[in-house]
Amino acid sequence: MSGVRVLVGTRKGAFVLTSDAKREQWEVSGPHFAGWEIYHVKGSPADPDRLYVSQSTGWHGQVIQRSSDGGKTWEPVGNQFTYDGVPGTHQWYDGTPHPWEFKRVWHLEPSLTDPDTVYAGVEDAALFRSNDAGQTWQELAGLRGHGSGPRWQPGAGGMCLHTIILDPSDPQRIYIAISAAGAFRTDNGGETWRPINRGLKSQYIPDPDAEVGHCVHHVAMHRSRPGTLFMQKHWDVMRTDDAGDSWREVSGNLPTDFGFAIDVHAHEPETIYVVPIKSDSEHFPPDGKLRVFRSRTGGHDWEPLTKGLPQSNCYVNVLRDAMAVDSLDSCGVYFGTTGGQVYASADAGDNWAPIVRDLPAVLSVEVQTLP
Amino acid sequence: MIRVALPAHLRTLAQVKGDVMLEVHGEITQRSVLDALEASYPMLRGTIRDHDTQQRRGFVRFFACEEDLSHESPDAPLPDAVARGEEPFFVVGAIAGG
Repeated sequence: MSGVRVLVGTRKGAFVLTSDAKREQWEVSGPHFAGWEIYHVKGSPADPDRLYVSQSTGWHGQVIQRSSDGGKTWEPVGNQFTYDGVPGTHQWYDGTPHPWEFKRVWHLEPSLTDPDTVYAGVEDAALFRSNDAGQTWQELAGLRGHGSGPRWQPGAGGMCLHTIILDPSDPQRIYIAISAAGAFRTDNGGETWRPINRGLKSQYIPDPDAEVGHCVHHVAMHRSRPGTLFMQKHWDVMRTDDAGDSWREVSGNLPTDFGFAIDVHAHEPETIYVVPIKSDSEHFPPDGKLRVFRSRTGGHDWEPLTKGLPQSNCYVNVLRDAMAVDSLDSCGVYFGTTGGQVYASADAGDNWAPIVRDLPAVLSVEVQTLP
Repeated sequence: MIRVALPAHLRTLAQVKGDVMLEVHGEITQRSVLDALEASYPMLRGTIRDHDTQQRRGFVRFFACEEDLSHESPDAPLPDAVARGEEPFFVVGAIAGG
């Protein structure tokens, strides 16, 4: 019988939530790696039992864990992320040059076809790849070698490469996003990259239309339309239909277009989800109401989804990697909050219920649909 | 045998309970003890010392016999009581954060 496995990264460990296809009764496993910050947990599309975990602390740095049995057992693998050549400098908060320094892995993206190949998006921003199941890591240095690196700068959370999207129709094409540099694309497997930020407007940087410097929070794609991307920028929800060559705003009637998370329905490529957050200084939902907004028209027209979500006195945040969907016939949607709740909807967002309420602050949520 | 006391995060990572007991050959120094520790527990590489520079990580401290040895040379001999296995060599996470 099919089911789902929800992989949750939190400030103090990882949790695995499992259910059958009804998604009513849940088994909670964890904390795994108790006490460590778990920025991301993700399973291989090619082998659902292969999981990768980014584990870190300020004291002891980065560790990568791997499971080959769906999270029953774990094995620490390689944690050496060395920038290729002379790292160079990027812009610091005050505009001065600052040397590139590895801090942590924000996002792990397993290959669509090979369980032993996995990409890592890191802070300070760079993209690494492992072809040996995480034992060793090599930088895809063409990204930082694009030439705009000295103009990249950290967002409030650090200068992180947080989004990696592998094009299912073209193994040579990868999209990534960096806060605060913007989105980039390679069409030759990571050898060379170009910024894809035309159409983004960021009033908080000196040139609102700059080639780089935009604080992109997250990007999502439906695998049936790999040229269409949806972006939650610092402010603004954006869309491209030409693989990032040009973007247009689709914030429409959202109560605020600031936010972090964005995702696409598993079976409806024009149905997208965001969680509007009041502002960059007040990282909580407007009016204390936790509302997911859904657009069935690829943006512009949004409806609030509130059933089962707290509609008063709610002041949590939903971080950029903390929303995911399953691919069961009735698409499930999931998100985690900085208050430690993980909410699930088994009917595409119409009704919500918490799976768990009191975890540590949730950093990431990923979902595996199991056979 | 040399006794090494690890902080909780690293005991979790190395999957050990209590002090780690190590056979260390030659002079007993921070470097020789940490080399032996990482040889026995390779998952600790990079979590106490930087992979490339072998420098102590910023929020890690070393103590033994009630002394802070964090700024001693990594090749300086550790106290005799550590070398005799009577006192542990402490790897400590600095008090920072929450």
